Amino acid sequence: MAKGIEIRTSPHLKRVMSVERIMRAVVLALLPICAFAVYQFGLSVLLLLLTTTGVAVATEWFFARLSGQGNTISDWSVVITGLLLGLTLPPGFPLWMAAVAAFIGVALGKALFGGLGYNVMNPALVGRAFVQAAFPVAITTWTPAFAPGRFTELIPSTLTLPFMQPQPVEDWIAGLQLDAWTGATPLALQKFQQIELPPADVFTGMIAGSAGETSALLILLCGLWLAWQRMLDWRIPVSVMVGAALVAMPFWLMDGTQYPSPWFVLSSGGLMLGAWFMASDMVASPVTARGAIIYGLFIGVLTVLIRLFGGLVEGVMYAILLANAVGPLISSWTQPRVYGSKVKGSK
Amino acid sequence: MSLFRRTKTFPHGVYPIEHKELTADKPIRRLPFAPELVIPLAQHKGQPAIPLVKVGQEVVRGEPIAQADGFVSVPMHAPATGIIRAIGLAPTPEGPKIPAIFLKVYPAACQRVLYDLERDPDAMTREEIIAAVQESGLVGLGGAAFPSHVKMNPPAGKAIETILVNGCECEPYLTCDHRIMLEQTEALVLGIRLALKATGAKRAIIGVEDNKLNAVAHLRARLPRHLPITAEALRSKYPQGAEKMLIKSLLGREVPVGGLPADIGVAVFNVGTLAQIGDLVPKGRGLIERVVTVSGPAIAHPGNFLVPIGTPLRFLLEQVGVQGMVGQVILGGAMMGMSVASVDVPVTKGASGVVALEREDPDRAHRPVYPCIKCGECLNACPISLNPSVLGELAQTREYGIMAEQFHLDQCFECGCCAYVCPSNIPLTQYFRIAKAINRDARLDRQD
Repeated sequence: MAKGIEIRTSPHLKRVMSVERIMRAVVLALLPICAFAVYQFGLSVLLLLLTTTGVAVATEWFFARLSGQGNTISDWSVVITGLLLGLTLPPGFPLWMAAVAAFIGVALGKALFGGLGYNVMNPALVGRAFVQAAFPVAITTWTPAFAPGRFTELIPSTLTLPFMQPQPVEDWIAGLQLDAWTGATPLALQKFQQIELPPADVFTGMIAGSAGETSALLILLCGLWLAWQRMLDWRIPVSVMVGAALVAMPFWLMDGTQYPSPWFVLSSGGLMLGAWFMASDMVASPVTARGAIIYGLFIGVLTVLIRLFGGLVEGVMYAILLANAVGPLISSWTQPRVYGSKVKGSK
Repeated sequence: MSLFRRTKTFPHGVYPIEHKELTADKPIRRLPFAPELVIPLAQHKGQPAIPLVKVGQEVVRGEPIAQADGFVSVPMHAPATGIIRAIGLAPTPEGPKIPAIFLKVYPAACQRVLYDLERDPDAMTREEIIAAVQESGLVGLGGAAFPSHVKMNPPAGKAIETILVNGCECEPYLTCDHRIMLEQTEALVLGIRLALKATGAKRAIIGVEDNKLNAVAHLRARLPRHLPITAEALRSKYPQGAEKMLIKSLLGREVPVGGLPADIGVAVFNVGTLAQIGDLVPKGRGLIERVVTVSGPAIAHPGNFLVPIGTPLRFLLEQVGVQGMVGQVILGGAMMGMSVASVDVPVTKGASGVVALEREDPDRAHRPVYPCIKCGECLNACPISLNPSVLGELAQTREYGIMAEQFHLDQCFECGCCAYVCPSNIPLTQYFRIAKAINRDARLDRQD
């Protein structure tokens, strides 16, 4: 009876929850968003997502091998990075540039710091920030949603040869003979021409924009599911949204023609995807509950300030990267009050 | 205070599967005597007891066989009629062998307790009760094994206002306290009365997790109206039965860092302890047996048993039968108990349960450990609001000093919530145990 008795240390029970489970759930939550992106923009987006994910996985595999970490792909975290990166790029973004973004994101944003758990910033956004600086034209070249023939032909710029200028898309768009194509995203229209598209269209995603950022509704639903599964800290996306709405509100009340409504601020651009899937990245966000709220508010406030007063049309990416950078500081300010102690934080 | 009427509880904590249905409705049954009992001289916190018997001496059940060494110590009593075979070293779950009395049980003896000193509990003074509790060898039966009479006698200048009676039993599998509340209610009430008198407290509150509402109802129906004793249901959440958590849940107060419950006028006693006080003190007897829950997937006939102190686990497991491949045998509960290296370890005064788990599928047992992904689950689980995430990273880089100085490591009581929830499978609790031991050694070195 006593033969082969096992000795372990307490606790002897373990909740059924693991890193892979969390990461798989996030991938699952991203899949409907990916599907909608492909439905909206066609084959080009499918290739874009496959490229970013494939290159991200390959990069992770390469560096894990190089550093002797073994198989780190099976924790699924790099798949999230690949999918998220693809979703934040314009639909017709040249694939070779997307591959560069994925490589840089995983190599400089994650592997360099030691892999999963050690990255300071969200790897997908590191990759995107790199291509934003390197290819400023390609990353602001937008193509119309629901273009006819999107499932049979590619956007011309998609298959640009490496290190070549992307094919211009203007002729191709003109050939589609769309009535209402302005060549800009709702954010740019609002910022430069003070035209606010119908709120319902912006919220549901019947608009142009980055591949997977258009439908705020769908992203919200997928994010809520993830939060309901307790795989995501709801405090972060909620405080991002609250922060953004609170800053946008007074300006809109002062001058509704010049400034966007809070509703528009929340449902346009990358705010939803950023709030629910990128700001909430566990590794790069503060670990304390109060820290998560401060961090979320910071992102929301900064995003709107960049949008309203910065030179850029969109501010989510830089807001999150900056918040990632100050995250550890926020964590150390917001240490929980220990049972039985009077002062907050450390002694 | 709260807008909605909610069950009283403390912040954070975890909800492991309870598995209490295995034994919750099994009445307490007596087990036969093992051929030989092993009675360690240090089964309690404080000084080990001093043997009063010689090898070859015959003893009668209930006879004192070891005396207390000072105030923070308790005597031992013979759990059975028999002969002292040896006084030597016995294994402990912790590892090192410790001195113990080996008692060979006479199989044909009638096993009556002949050491009685009948007393009228109502006529006893405060000092008499405290002395009687020490003489009976009583310690905290919930697992802490701290001498009960010491708690009844707080340091000068500190008055006990409230007695909390711990009937939470938050550990999965364990049901012995549940059965005691149902079956030994009279002794429990008498024990509470004696504790109230000994401490001078004005009231007593029995805290019971709401997975045992039948016990709450049972107690409420039997508590004497003229006494300041109430029973409260608390949320079933681990570690509700930890002293600090129980105080927070029932009184909304916190024990100051580095302090004792007595600092805020509270003394906490386990229901099993008080039931034994109520039973033993009026009879003038010693603690020679206790209720133990034997349960777990590897046990064929789980139940709640009245087990003589010193019964080796091997004998206990033979009586209840094991099934399947036994993996771990845990003395105590599955969350905080100790995995024993040998089933020759005896049941001691602080052993509330024996849980036998089946051998795990090797694939599951060797789950990979991932780096911390800062998910914050451990912060949400830690009942005393530590930051196990940061503490774990500091432990990995061996910054044990910083862990204690800046992140309150010494407040950790190793409940295991952080390691239980960690999705990266980091053995946080074990890290903290090691860190505390290293800091303790470092402190001792500095003193030398």
